[in-house]
Amino acid sequence: MKLTLQVWRQQNSQDKGRFEAYQVSDVSEDMSFLEMFDVLNERLINEGKEPIAFDHDCREGICGMCSMYINGRAHGPWEETTTCQLHMRAYNDGDTIVVEPWRAAAFPVIKDLTVDRSAFDRIMQAGGYISVNTGNAVDANAIPIDKHDADMAFAAAACIGCGACVAACKNSSAMLFTSAKVSQLALLPQGGPERKERALDMVAQMDKEGFGSCTNTGACEAECPKGISLANIARLNREFIAAGFGTED
Amino acid sequence: MLNAKIPAGPLETKWSNYKSTVKLVNPANKRKLEVIVVGTGLAGASAAASLAELGYKVKAFCFQDSARRAHSIAAQGGINAAKNYQNDGDSVFRLFYDTVKGGDYRAREGNVYRLAEVSAAIIDQCVAQGVPFAREYGGLLSNRSFGGTQVQRTFYAAGQTGQQLLLGAYSALQRQVALGNVKMYSRHEMLDIVKVDGKARGIIARDLVSGKLERHFGHAVLLCSGGYGNVFFLSTNAMGSNVTAAWKAHKRGAFFGNPCFTQIHPTCIPVSGDHQSKLTLMSESLRNDGRIWVPKKKDDNRKATDIPEEERDYYLERRYPAFGNLVPRDVASRAAKERCDEGYGVGASKMAVYLDFADAIVRYGKIEASKKGDDHAVQEEVIKLGKGVVAEKYGNLFDMYAKITGENPYETPMRIYPAVHYTMGGLWVDYELMTTVPGLYALGEANFSDHGANRLGASALMQGLADGYFVIPYTVGNYLADEIHTKPIPLDHPAFVETEKGVQEQLDKLMGIQGKHSVDHFHKALGKIMWDKCGMARNEKGLQEAIKEIQVLRAEFWRDVRIPGKQHEFNPELEKAGRVADFLELGELMCMDALQRRESCGGHFREESQTEDGEAKRDDQQFSFVGAWEYKGPSSYELHKEALNFEVVHPSSRSYK
Repeated sequence: MKLTLQVWRQQNSQDKGRFEAYQVSDVSEDMSFLEMFDVLNERLINEGKEPIAFDHDCREGICGMCSMYINGRAHGPWEETTTCQLHMRAYNDGDTIVVEPWRAAAFPVIKDLTVDRSAFDRIMQAGGYISVNTGNAVDANAIPIDKHDADMAFAAAACIGCGACVAACKNSSAMLFTSAKVSQLALLPQGGPERKERALDMVAQMDKEGFGSCTNTGACEAECPKGISLANIARLNREFIAAGFGTED
Repeated sequence: MLNAKIPAGPLETKWSNYKSTVKLVNPANKRKLEVIVVGTGLAGASAAASLAELGYKVKAFCFQDSARRAHSIAAQGGINAAKNYQNDGDSVFRLFYDTVKGGDYRAREGNVYRLAEVSAAIIDQCVAQGVPFAREYGGLLSNRSFGGTQVQRTFYAAGQTGQQLLLGAYSALQRQVALGNVKMYSRHEMLDIVKVDGKARGIIARDLVSGKLERHFGHAVLLCSGGYGNVFFLSTNAMGSNVTAAWKAHKRGAFFGNPCFTQIHPTCIPVSGDHQSKLTLMSESLRNDGRIWVPKKKDDNRKATDIPEEERDYYLERRYPAFGNLVPRDVASRAAKERCDEGYGVGASKMAVYLDFADAIVRYGKIEASKKGDDHAVQEEVIKLGKGVVAEKYGNLFDMYAKITGENPYETPMRIYPAVHYTMGGLWVDYELMTTVPGLYALGEANFSDHGANRLGASALMQGLADGYFVIPYTVGNYLADEIHTKPIPLDHPAFVETEKGVQEQLDKLMGIQGKHSVDHFHKALGKIMWDKCGMARNEKGLQEAIKEIQVLRAEFWRDVRIPGKQHEFNPELEKAGRVADFLELGELMCMDALQRRESCGGHFREESQTEDGEAKRDDQQFSFVGAWEYKGPSSYELHKEALNFEVVHPSSRSYK
């Protein structure tokens, strides 16, 4: 098939940026979306032009590195699918596809479609862990965990930290990302001791990074490639409020 | 002769004796010692976090935008541990034995025993961190079995075990970053090792966003930079996975162990066209329930579901009745290649076999129906229930398969074919994980490791975390205890200046070529040579040709590669060029190693060395050694041998029949 791409090009964080149009032909429906970009980049290099910079690594939908905003949707049209797993059979001959980077103040553009998501690391540093040094653990079966809770914790832990939730949100809120980690650890007995501080500190860091507030529109859940549930945000709100009431100062 | 420094005494007490007598560093001195960790996968993240917890000052580097993205994240199936939670006869000895046997008797007994010994503590540590492993209704941990074993010792988190383990280690690492014990450098790539008076004392790294070179000092340097499967261009590795850190270390004096030992994983989604950029694994755990077959008739073009049972050849069950579909990876891969080469392959390319879940769906469906007290459920109901069970076990893998191929694996068998997946070879290390350069360590897949000539499924995660959580915290202390008087070396030391100059010259040279072809053009050409002549089957003539072809290709690369953009900016093509330049050297060494090893063992199959029925034939008389190569200059390497002594396990013909 033949397609027209409108791709965001931006030399660096200072550059203003603009869309550029590219015609691509001989696109096979078995190609992944990123393979279509590989083919285009190969052509641009051969024509002496600069290829389009985009983040990608595992191409199996799990590392969370790929991050394209396609025709107004984070990771494109398929449900629960990262950009790297989106395949060209999703499109028809003659389609025009608009590709942009994640757009959020907390995710500055590095180049073209590549953004800086280090804010997510800093939210994790604020409390997204259980303080257990290597060697301190008890036997793994010493604490039985209700399968239902364990499964819910796993569902929350499936977050790949790609930032689609932020990109999809009109407020650029990072609530789904933050709530997924808070939920995972709140659902497990191991996470108990640091539960309150974790909720308070991670939310504080999220605000400090410049992410917006949550207004419960649910766009994040709709676009999340791992199907992280909005229920996690409700849980984060409960955790946050309970922690606020429960602290002495 | 290489000295692996394996502690004396019986196998069972080597590690505990080592730990009890190893030199220690007191907490006040740890604060003054700096350790560089390159790579933040399971080995790197666990090592960086654990060393920081002990009090060392750690600097961690990764080329991705976050430490959480390292390719360990993509491991699907599980992690082995000798917990014997299933009461099915597992033990430290059995895990050790299975690993040595699975590796076709080309690994060190001492190392493998230690690996099995610490395996149980890994699971404890991960659970304590909040890793949500699969559980049974009673709340206890669930297990499944993997290839090459007859017990259930694999712990898992759906098909995302690597992700959950890595996020556990990453969380521990982030905690240490917050505490100020680790300084994290993401989007940084190590481009050389700095040696002072023969010891590793730092690295030169490139900030991939600004393109600037940086000098970093460390009392010790840990390379946890993963494997080199991408030398084949197409592999299950991430696009960025590369050999550069290990290769630069090799050129600075670290020997490279068994470079030809590569693992071709049997169950991957087949190549769909020239645009293919990578291959996707379908977890080995699928072989617990999936049955592998091809039609009995050559060039059978019927749909899989139209081929009746009696016209199907379940060739693994036929050839290996004892292990069936759960034979080790090398055996399963070669068997698939054999069928396809003979003309029994399926799909458009005919380079694929079926992995079929129809039987498992019915079996599980009947169990579910029986649980509901409905022993006479109609077939549709049974299949519906069975699909539900299969979805719970493998749902994410089935979804991934459907997205990539456009086919529904619940209705029609998956098409699979072997693909490059893991490299058992890597930097040679002694028992303490130190390379032949003092102060330079290699952990995880980056070292030549504990897997011999073939790694068993669910053992890579085990080894990466064993090295990082439980081995290096002890062994690095044994070295650093003698470094407490070494002051940080100033970054204007001639060794830093000279090394950085060399890195700068290579970057200038690459940017200056401005030839006609992209980096990928050369990478694909290299991959084709490697796959055709140093892949699943190798022979003398092919390997000799490959060496010549790689030399020619390398010369072309340095004459004709085109790298757009500038050096001092974010430039992914320049990053790729440096990595491919190193692959073009490594590929040649892999072929040389494959050429010298005139035996078949594990993943290394020399066509000249096979039994009458096509099984791999080992030659213990001549090749019971680790081949460790020393870099002597362009295209010049010297082979050193570390003899393998088997005191407990006696190498025998590896039979899964």
